[in-house]
Amino acid sequence: MEGERMMKQRPLVIAGRGIAYVVLIVGAAIALTPMLWLLAATTKGPDDLFHYTFFAPRFSWFNFQDLFTTIPFLRHMMNSIFIASTVVCVQLFFSSLAGFALAKYEFKGKKVVMVLMLATMMIPNQVIMAPLYELIYRMGLVDTYLGLIIPGAVSVFGIFLFRQSILQVPNELLDAGRIDGCSELRLYWDIVMPVSRPMVGAFCLISFMGNWNSFLWPQIILHHSDRFTLPIALNQMVGLYSQQYGTLMAGTFLSVLPVVVLFLLLQKEFVAGLTAGAVKG
Amino acid sequence: MGEPKHKRHTDTSKWFALQYRYAPYLFVAPFVILFAAFGCWPIIKSLILSLHTTNGPKDVVFSGLSNFRFLLADPDFHKAVGNTAEYAFWSVFLQLPLSLGLAILLSQKWLRGREFLRLAFFSPHLLGTVFVGVLFSVIFIPQYGLLNKVLHAVAGVPLDTKWLANPSLVMPALVLTALWMYVGFNMIYFLAALQAVDRELYDAAQVDGANGWQTFLAVTMPGIKPVAIFVLVMSTIGSFQLFELPYTMLGNGPGPDKAGLTVVMYLYQSGFVTGDLGYASAIGWTLALGVLVISLIQMKLTGAWKGSA
Repeated sequence: MEGERMMKQRPLVIAGRGIAYVVLIVGAAIALTPMLWLLAATTKGPDDLFHYTFFAPRFSWFNFQDLFTTIPFLRHMMNSIFIASTVVCVQLFFSSLAGFALAKYEFKGKKVVMVLMLATMMIPNQVIMAPLYELIYRMGLVDTYLGLIIPGAVSVFGIFLFRQSILQVPNELLDAGRIDGCSELRLYWDIVMPVSRPMVGAFCLISFMGNWNSFLWPQIILHHSDRFTLPIALNQMVGLYSQQYGTLMAGTFLSVLPVVVLFLLLQKEFVAGLTAGAVKG
Repeated sequence: MGEPKHKRHTDTSKWFALQYRYAPYLFVAPFVILFAAFGCWPIIKSLILSLHTTNGPKDVVFSGLSNFRFLLADPDFHKAVGNTAEYAFWSVFLQLPLSLGLAILLSQKWLRGREFLRLAFFSPHLLGTVFVGVLFSVIFIPQYGLLNKVLHAVAGVPLDTKWLANPSLVMPALVLTALWMYVGFNMIYFLAALQAVDRELYDAAQVDGANGWQTFLAVTMPGIKPVAIFVLVMSTIGSFQLFELPYTMLGNGPGPDKAGLTVVMYLYQSGFVTGDLGYASAIGWTLALGVLVISLIQMKLTGAWKGSA
């Protein structure tokens, strides 16, 4: 009987699967085409740019040459790399250390810290922008890298991520370390961190992407164009060189390339970290 | 976690007990100090600032609730709220169903090339909002832009359609861009949730003779409910913080007829272009309150507080 039903439904099932494949392939094409177009635009000279929708028969370095001569692109790239990696390292250290304490110790004030962190997560970041700017202004850190790095060092998201993953480290492992005479800091460095390596990878990637693309706060803090990060510099190019689309696309392409490469290397960790909070919590 | 049993030497054991006791305080201290200074204090300060009229960070005058009174009557703020709400509406009712649909298709057992398709759908998110904004500001240009070329070839849409210069097309352009960027991102959450649904429930539904739609309502939806609520709430909160996409796509401004003015853009302009940090704080708190109320309503309506969720 089961087989009979299957036989009847067979053509329907095949048609359904066919439609599903068409939908998925068209969808994937829509997702990928703008990126392909971006790549193609970077390889065309000014005359070919709009003449050919995608790749032109002639390859041209014009856009990249123009990019490096019209703006200090490398400088912006270095600014972005420096700021994003510094913030990631600082966040990683502080978040994992505090996450360890919140996961594996009982101490006074722990509840207060947890509740405060949850409460601030509810409040959109933009609420504190005005007073934070005032504070940074008073500290004399406007238009400095420190003005980006110091407020960026706090990552409540990171603490929850690390607390969650460190909760799963067995207590016996820590006690064994203590019996061997490990100090608590040694436990953190020699046991907790190595065990949480997948989470470290996920956190670094998510945090790096967030900082790499960060726009509003750097836009507020940085004034001098030498200090601009890539998003600020690129956004300004839209206004200043609005007709040089090829150059703009070359800048966009080089700006997104590091993140794309990093993602392809760390893909598995990224998805695990992204969904850890949602699925388990 | 007992006291450490290591007692080779009284001095070392004393030191050992001491560092054990104070270690957690030491570990949270750097974070707590930074968090207090750059997280908690600005929140309190922004409440205070919202009661002041300011001209830059130095010139601050107390003005009571006048910021909020002014805000409620401010036509630009109304425009910003309207635009942002419209964008959020499409994010929830267009983007999320599409994400879920794609996730369901991608989680079918018979599907080939799943890894590639998942990566393809997710990849737009890797570009980041500002770079997507820059890229699409070119894709949307009339005559030569990719979108008009494609739409012209497929549906005969005029080549000189000015997506970013025509007030009534700005919002569709923003929604389309966001759709391209976020559908695959939210899909990842739904995929993870679908993989966690018990396979046996599907087999049981099949034995009971349930059709696809019945199975979806009775097995899939309850199974992914906690994640679906999470994605719904996060996506709404994110939509209400819309800023970078319109700001970059519309040439660092609200666009024609302020059709792309959003709440956060208005906050930025009031606080950091006009220089009224007090008014910006009032906008910020109004936004926070609005987002909180909407999230609570969403959680109430979806039953987030009942049952397994």
